[in-house]
Amino acid sequence: MMKTIAQSKTPEGKGMSEGVHLPDKTGHFGCFGGRFVPETIMPALDQLEKAYLEAKEDPSFHAELEYYLREYVGRPSTLYYAERLTKKLGGAKIYLKREDLNHTGAHKINNTIGQVLLALRMGKKRIIAETGAGQHGVATATAAAMFGIECEVYMGEEDIRRQALNVFRMKLLGAKVIPVTSGSRTLKDATNEALRDWMSSVRNTHYIIGSVVGPHPYPMMVRDFQLVIGKEVRKQILEKEQRLPDYLIACVGGGSNSMGLFHPFLEDKEVKMIGVEAGGLGTEIGQHASTLTSGKIGILHGSASYVLQDEDGQTLPVHSISAGLDYPGVGPEHSYLRDIGRAEYVSITDDEAVNAFQECARLEGIIPALEAAHAIAYTMKFAPKISKDKIIVVCLSGSGDKDSFEVAEKLGYKI
Amino acid sequence: MNRIDRKFQELQARKKPAFIPFITAGDPDLQTTKDLILEFEKRGADIIELGIPFSDPIADGPVIQASYYRALMRGTKVAHVLDMVSEVRRRSEIPIVSMVSYSTVFKKGYQVFIENALVAGLDGLTIPDLPVEENHDLFEMAKKNDFKIVCFIAPTTTDHRMAIIAENAQGFLYYISVVGITGVRDALPEDIVQNIRKLKQMTKIPVAVGFGVSTSDHAKMIGTVADGVIVGSAIMREIEKHAKDPAEKLIRYVGEFVGQMISGAKG
Repeated sequence: MMKTIAQSKTPEGKGMSEGVHLPDKTGHFGCFGGRFVPETIMPALDQLEKAYLEAKEDPSFHAELEYYLREYVGRPSTLYYAERLTKKLGGAKIYLKREDLNHTGAHKINNTIGQVLLALRMGKKRIIAETGAGQHGVATATAAAMFGIECEVYMGEEDIRRQALNVFRMKLLGAKVIPVTSGSRTLKDATNEALRDWMSSVRNTHYIIGSVVGPHPYPMMVRDFQLVIGKEVRKQILEKEQRLPDYLIACVGGGSNSMGLFHPFLEDKEVKMIGVEAGGLGTEIGQHASTLTSGKIGILHGSASYVLQDEDGQTLPVHSISAGLDYPGVGPEHSYLRDIGRAEYVSITDDEAVNAFQECARLEGIIPALEAAHAIAYTMKFAPKISKDKIIVVCLSGSGDKDSFEVAEKLGYKI
Repeated sequence: MNRIDRKFQELQARKKPAFIPFITAGDPDLQTTKDLILEFEKRGADIIELGIPFSDPIADGPVIQASYYRALMRGTKVAHVLDMVSEVRRRSEIPIVSMVSYSTVFKKGYQVFIENALVAGLDGLTIPDLPVEENHDLFEMAKKNDFKIVCFIAPTTTDHRMAIIAENAQGFLYYISVVGITGVRDALPEDIVQNIRKLKQMTKIPVAVGFGVSTSDHAKMIGTVADGVIVGSAIMREIEKHAKDPAEKLIRYVGEFVGQMISGAKG
């Protein structure tokens, strides 16, 4: 039986009530998370959990991971003071965590390098992944190419159309891109197909989930590989400002960049966290992907979390201009942070995101990914209301080069 | 006594395996689903596995997934499926177990879902995405009500898990023969026979085999080693093939196909 939120709170101990110690041994974050998958892949999840926990305790695994993050990905990424954006908004001081500067242009590679190393440790011969915007697909294909392991990526047909450049990049990197034609032909359907593939290939294949979603141990493991974002921010802001930030702002689709940023600050009560979801075209069903702001608790893709579902538990259609946020679920740990009130979740429309995309380009010379543009858009609304002595750190989770065509089309440019 | 237990007792006395056809509720429509259930019974099917359509089935292949999609596009709701089961119950005592995603059960609340299923006349559920560990209370409630939660065993299942599952299983165990049985073979893959034997030592509950059983020869092979033969995709493919035909014709064709599979299974 799943525990209620009240039961799962541990009364004593610093930060215990913030859930820093979670998930529990069974993979739950309070009443969220868990493993809701067919029996065929249960043993693989056990194996993966065991291998991951062993690797986590192994200094040589960390040394190897750090080596590749430094030498290949180019970490640490900078924490950049966005001076012109700050001045224009006239409020709190804004720093951008530049995950767009990573090799492949987004935070996704932090996780894929970690998981490919793990797959090699487990002796798997093949990697599969799902992708929405294509960033995770490219990051997986990149890591697979670098380590010389076979890679196949499932991608919805609609996303293939929207993200042609990333499809080509994956192919260049030697991965096979498999179009998914079922359902809404987007990220959720690509995830279904990847899980189905894994059902029959589980003995020799590792499935690299790209976000903090899916059955245990994925939400925990992907989070851990993304913690590097928040850990670096902590160190960098202490160097620059000799104190912690007041606000952390990041976009939330599945929620991996935001979880990576938030988690190392969970115990610092003075640091407030704001996750920004895709508000799409409006609040009606099918017009948005605001899972935490308007969903209900349900089961999707192997874990319990907030989900956009109808009264029969059927997944509802979602929309966002950003393929990476176009997802009807969200990581279970975000659901937990929302319910205990540790993080706040808001939503930003397509238009607001496109506006922020342009503003960031003009003011800072940085073209952000449409996903990250959601976080910037909220910052643009929020910062002017906050006094100048406050500090906001925004996760600029990826580069917007991949979105140039989509935004040009939206703005009526012909390329 | 639950209809499933009664059926297996009856079959074991006659030393015959159960034939368990799967159909998606609401494809092409619920009236046809009802007529097909009655037709399958007439032709000798023992238990019906009734799929409640779900938008994101992970455990199912393209054929069943497509049938779920068609059923949902026609507006099939859980409440309609249960109404249809009540109608079947006015005319038939054939055991019916519903395959349903835990997403649906969870959304309705498992107590409410099981209560409604009992009222409608369902005999049990298979919930492919619910491992025993995730909701012991659901299994307890089912046991108290003599309502069967049919559990799955896969070729990848470890001995440790097999023991846990066997302990909680009710009605019958569903063995997933994912080691593909496409194309006629002379013998069954060694691990199916071995695993069924192992299972039989752990539990007295009947073991039925499904996934990929597509010809009467497969059904015959399975029928010699297991207590039940489950056929799903092959039947749904026939339904898809005759979807444009008038209902009577569809029911006759699909009924004939199921009849052949039954003769195979029962040797």
